[in-house]
Amino acid sequence: MTMGNATRERIFRRGWGGLLVSWFALPMAALAALLVGAAMLLALGANPLTGYHALVQGAFGSMNSLTATAIKAVPLLLVGVGICIAFRANVLNIGGEGQIVMGGLASTAVALAVPKLPGPVLIPLVLLAGAAGGALWGAIPGALKAYFNVNEILSTIMLNIVAVQVMNYLLAGPLVDRSFSGFSLIPQTKRLSPHADLPVLINGTQLHLGAVLAVLVAVAVYAFLWKTGLGFRLRAVGLSREASSYAGMPVKRTIVLALTLAGAMAGLAGVILVFGSASHRMVTDGTATGFTGSAGFNGIVAALFGGLNPLWTIVSSFIFGGLLVGGDFMQIAVQVPTALIVALNGLVVVFVVSIEYVRRRARLRAEPVWEAADRHPPLEPAATNSVSADPGRGQE
Amino acid sequence: MSRFLTITILTATVASGIRLATPFLLASLGETMGQRSGVLNLGVDGIMLLGAFGAYYTALHTHDLWLAVLVGILIGVVMGLITAVISVTLKAEQGISGIGVYLFGLGMSDLLFQKLVGTPVPISSLPTLKIPLVGTIPGLGKMFFQANLLVYVAFLLVPVLAFVLNRTTYGTNIKAVGENPAAADSLGVNVARIRYSTVILGSGLAGLGGAALAIQLGIFQSNLTQGAGFIAVALVYFGAWRPLGVMGGSLLYGMVAATVLTWKTLGIIPQSASDLAAMAPAVLTVVALVVVASRFRQPAALAKPYQRGG
Amino acid sequence: MSEHTLRRTRLLVVATAVLFIAAACGKSSTTSSSGGTASTGAGSIKPIKVALVAPSATNDLAFTQSMFDALKRLKSKYNLDIAVSDNKFVVDDAANAIRTYATQGYSLVIAHGSQFGGTVQQLAPQFPKVSFAWGTAGDTFGQSNVFAYQAASDQGGYVEGVMGAALSKSHVIGIVGPIEVGDAKLYVDGFKAGAKATDPSIDLRVNYTGSFSDVGLASEAARSFIAAKADVMTGTAQMVVGAIGVAKTSNVAWFGTQSNQTSLAPNVVVASQVYHWEVALTQIFDSIRKGTLGGQQYTIDLKNGGEALEYNPAYSLPSDVKAKADAAVQGIKDGSITTGVSG
Repeated sequence: MTMGNATRERIFRRGWGGLLVSWFALPMAALAALLVGAAMLLALGANPLTGYHALVQGAFGSMNSLTATAIKAVPLLLVGVGICIAFRANVLNIGGEGQIVMGGLASTAVALAVPKLPGPVLIPLVLLAGAAGGALWGAIPGALKAYFNVNEILSTIMLNIVAVQVMNYLLAGPLVDRSFSGFSLIPQTKRLSPHADLPVLINGTQLHLGAVLAVLVAVAVYAFLWKTGLGFRLRAVGLSREASSYAGMPVKRTIVLALTLAGAMAGLAGVILVFGSASHRMVTDGTATGFTGSAGFNGIVAALFGGLNPLWTIVSSFIFGGLLVGGDFMQIAVQVPTALIVALNGLVVVFVVSIEYVRRRARLRAEPVWEAADRHPPLEPAATNSVSADPGRGQE
Repeated sequence: MSRFLTITILTATVASGIRLATPFLLASLGETMGQRSGVLNLGVDGIMLLGAFGAYYTALHTHDLWLAVLVGILIGVVMGLITAVISVTLKAEQGISGIGVYLFGLGMSDLLFQKLVGTPVPISSLPTLKIPLVGTIPGLGKMFFQANLLVYVAFLLVPVLAFVLNRTTYGTNIKAVGENPAAADSLGVNVARIRYSTVILGSGLAGLGGAALAIQLGIFQSNLTQGAGFIAVALVYFGAWRPLGVMGGSLLYGMVAATVLTWKTLGIIPQSASDLAAMAPAVLTVVALVVVASRFRQPAALAKPYQRGG
Repeated sequence: MSEHTLRRTRLLVVATAVLFIAAACGKSSTTSSSGGTASTGAGSIKPIKVALVAPSATNDLAFTQSMFDALKRLKSKYNLDIAVSDNKFVVDDAANAIRTYATQGYSLVIAHGSQFGGTVQQLAPQFPKVSFAWGTAGDTFGQSNVFAYQAASDQGGYVEGVMGAALSKSHVIGIVGPIEVGDAKLYVDGFKAGAKATDPSIDLRVNYTGSFSDVGLASEAARSFIAAKADVMTGTAQMVVGAIGVAKTSNVAWFGTQSNQTSLAPNVVVASQVYHWEVALTQIFDSIRKGTLGGQQYTIDLKNGGEALEYNPAYSLPSDVKAKADAAVQGIKDGSITTGVSG
């Protein structure tokens, strides 16, 4: 059943009441989370007003803050864009952490191998290397899923663990900086070739080329997903494996492609984390998060908040990045343990994602017509309201 | 290698593998129940951490280990209730809400630990329970029948949950809700109630897993679980949503980790390969799954919130 | 408008709103830290604002706690206003914190982590009036406002190795470590040297678990040592609490490092090599007071008291073992014994 024009008109005119509630629901949710956070701050003897002022200031309050937020958002955006690709093909990529690490390692290795190449050659080269490293780490679970029916949640989580050990081995062994001044070496590389430094865009800040790159990639992926045949195929496979297969699409190859591309995006994030960083080295503390800052997981949140649309992921990554950067600023201002900030981040995520229901109910209560609209096929392809882990019925 | 193949070392390694597997097993069994009914809970690690801290703190102040275990379970139950509200009633995106719960659990457990305890203080561990008769079998007795009570509970839960899933009405309802909630609903099954129950049960088990870990180690530290909750989720897929398979996966993971540790201690794994060896449990789990080539498919309604009429 | 455009528009509105609010508040001055209030005691000593940026928690009983405790011990003497950013293991997050403290008028910013070197090297020139201390490392990058500090942890390790080898009746010792790098490697190598020097036939089982914080792995590693007949154990990094727990229940002697670990297992901890970073910090603070903001490298060791062996009074250590330990300490102090690790 399709919706007639008359029905659409009615929804338009009568929907504003419900709209207002739904518009306020999201900020209300964020506010509720912050209120709980304020209670926690008070319990610790800190001043919530100082804290939140610092949070907003640190995230968006000055040029330095905005650039810091933008830099923080870059890996989130890249991983998020990769997630958009994967989740739309109905493949759950939880392997962002490992793919970021492999991208970082691959690009670092290249920079160490050919440090003398001039910037315009070396930078694209390391970006390519990083993307390739991440792509490999996505292709493996992709192939395992397509050809051996190994669930990708399992394989990607396991590969995260493998990537960390590869990183520990390489950074403490073949790639280690032997000129470190301490009594014994630490698992970090030497300062990488200055030719590979990502150029800073605004003098006096840390904002580097990576930010522009990430946005360009997001736009490119949006175009890929909605304006190319390959992108259409990917989305089709995501919506229904059987139908796509019946229509003659190479489903298995598409699944591998989806995970490979997602891995490549995360790999790019890894490159930028190394070459856009303040220290221009790759270093590990034995964990993945020590290098990625949990971008592999936070990127999933950013993508889902962006409705699995790369363009909206730009906005959601920026906001999430602001929350992370502002949170650190708040920690410094009110001197609470960083653990509080982590818990607060979790609260915000939970509250915001839960508020969708209130929003939906508000619309339902206000306008019975909305219910009718819900039963009809959406006007746009469903940015999955639920993350479906369904590989489709039966075996492939 | 000859040093490894002695009775003492072998029994110690197997016992170690079982101990390492227990927290995974508990959390993974819980997650299996939830996923079988169609709810994906990625926040397991956070719930384990909160349960672990709760148990630790209780043990620290009351010196009553059983009360500590109870507190751990209760915390899991409360978190399960919250998770159920978010995922089932509020029909939120289960992938995100899980990560949110994980972050909250990670941060909150660490924060409470820093503020309420400060410098770590040890608690007593559960005593080893030797099962009469079988426990005295040389070799095997030490391997399997001389562990603490929580280990036994974990492994006993496997047949219990398998029985519940396969031979009770409740279990049938769970499976129906996980495969086709609309059909189940039309047959009079209360989808929400079933999902609430499995999520609460699952989280309770996760809390128990965390408590088991804290009590087993006799201490708490920031991020005590080190991602065990995520591995537990992964193992559900390995086990094809069946308690027996999940047990197999947990044991595989635990045994490989224990063997790697023993081989490092014995020098069978040279220092230079130390890092590469540490990835063995992960690699072998994936390889095992490829070889076994699972014939089972997942619950069709997994991670899809159910709305009547929708 | 479709549901999705609605949702995204809302997101954009929220973002814009937040930005407006922030811009509106943006004109006010930066917030000042509300860290520990400076006491007005100790005469008229001007308070020194010091910030500690560390990679793990302040209660990790290891690396970070050792520095935090040292600062607390010096608080009243130097009228310190201490601020802490913990769990900053991601280097760029630490860099942001270091930079923020530098802009907020802190006299000394301690970048407590070897991996923060590159950051300090880049930031120090931008803040010539701020003093940076970096450790554990030996390089001040030729900067006039960078101090470097490190610990010769192999020295205390050597002495404990001597004791361990002398105590062990099974002649098997278990050593659990995180990754074979940095301070951990230093300590382990020192311990091994001391043990071998005392008993060349001693069987040393070394297990680097691959993680600094995995308590469960450390606990099982300890059990594997015991299965291999070890009756003395040691280890380093915050995960050792797991191993100490096993030592406690199995009644196996334990040697600790970085902090006093007696309270964790009063029946089996023999001694701990405790870091007294105050030895380096007092010199740094005095230097800052006089106007020299860097250019010096400090090592804490047995000789200057920066490292001290704290014995567990409840453990009955045989007097001949104690004598050997004292001799080793004396030898290291006067230079007649070298550990062969840090030189």
